[in-house]
Amino acid sequence: MALFSKQNKEVFTNPLNLDHPILGQVLGICSALAVTSQLKPAIVMGLAVTVITAFANVIISIIRNTIPNRIRIVVQLVVVAALVTIVSQILKAFAYDVSVQLSVYVGLIITNCILMGRLEAFAMQNKPWPSFLDGVGNGLGYAMILVIVGAVRELLGRGTLLGYQLIPDFCYDFGYVNNGMMTMPAMALILVGCVIWVHRAYFYKEK
Amino acid sequence: MKLNTNSNAYIIIYSAIMVVIVAFLLAFVYQALKPMQDANVALDVKKQILYSLNIRDLDGAAAEAKYAEVVKSESEQDGQKRYECQIDGKNILVASLKGMGLWGGISGYIAIDSVGKVFGAYFNHEGETAGLGAEIKDDVSWQEKFIGKQIWDEQGNVVLSVVKKVENPAAHVDCVTGATLTSNGVDAMLKDGLKNVKPNAEEE
Repeated sequence: MALFSKQNKEVFTNPLNLDHPILGQVLGICSALAVTSQLKPAIVMGLAVTVITAFANVIISIIRNTIPNRIRIVVQLVVVAALVTIVSQILKAFAYDVSVQLSVYVGLIITNCILMGRLEAFAMQNKPWPSFLDGVGNGLGYAMILVIVGAVRELLGRGTLLGYQLIPDFCYDFGYVNNGMMTMPAMALILVGCVIWVHRAYFYKEK
Repeated sequence: MKLNTNSNAYIIIYSAIMVVIVAFLLAFVYQALKPMQDANVALDVKKQILYSLNIRDLDGAAAEAKYAEVVKSESEQDGQKRYECQIDGKNILVASLKGMGLWGGISGYIAIDSVGKVFGAYFNHEGETAGLGAEIKDDVSWQEKFIGKQIWDEQGNVVLSVVKKVENPAAHVDCVTGATLTSNGVDAMLKDGLKNVKPNAEEE
């Protein structure tokens, strides 16, 4: 089987558009709201979820035939929890300030509906390689929304992107004020709504 | 022979093996990364102390070097850490603070100059609401409001306060809007943490 057959390509691209985890299936909203007040934690969170979804998918897919059906959710949770713990330890060791910013939300990846959804719906029935693609696709789809929302909120809420000031000082001299409301979680909900709206209007086609 | 993956024995053995493998894996990761994590935590404490001394733009090795240059000695009394520092020839005492916010612990460092006024302050929190209680950490301009405030009156009582209505501009700091309970926590933390510091400050 070719690595990038038509079928595999669909597995990878579907979650980026038609079957998007946030836009199409409306999963994983909670963490999308919490970590997007700035761009950097949003990027790190997106990457963490992508890595964890991909590897959890691969591991579950490899052992899928040995998993006792009655405790399959338990097994999935153990795999995800182990991966999440490892990622959170790595973040603490190599990106301490980001891990402080993300605080509990890294741990809460364990309960991210996207992960459980993909493990149960895809990895349990498919071979490792398509499962890997599916995991990366879904993770990137999730990361994409986080980055869009994070960028808008940081730019309008703080006038910066990744900590660099983008709105020049003279704008502030003329009375421009950062929109403090953008830093509130409620604005993330509204922005995600706007993104879903744009996506439905221009990119989404009913099957 | 095909294994019956639904038999009780299989399920028990399967879970036992899985848990042991995962436990070893996590223990290994934890051990391997611990030195780096400890170093990060230690660096973070040093950076917080530097923040309280109004040195906010340093990171990594630069912060380490500056810390070594500024902080002369550290001591501990009743769980409160004190750091004797020297900046531009001035003797500054930094005291650690611990208190309760709305949702969890809050902490901080306050730098006191030789005449008993605030030289700088930094506050941290564990789980205050972003945009409200978390402003005690995120809003640098709020922390800067403490600079120059009087800490003790003549009798040695702590007068530095975080209040809703500033009546004594020399010692009162306006509280964070929308975060009354967290601000009260900061106020109590200051009162509690500073009441025993003064005798030491006078000795210098």
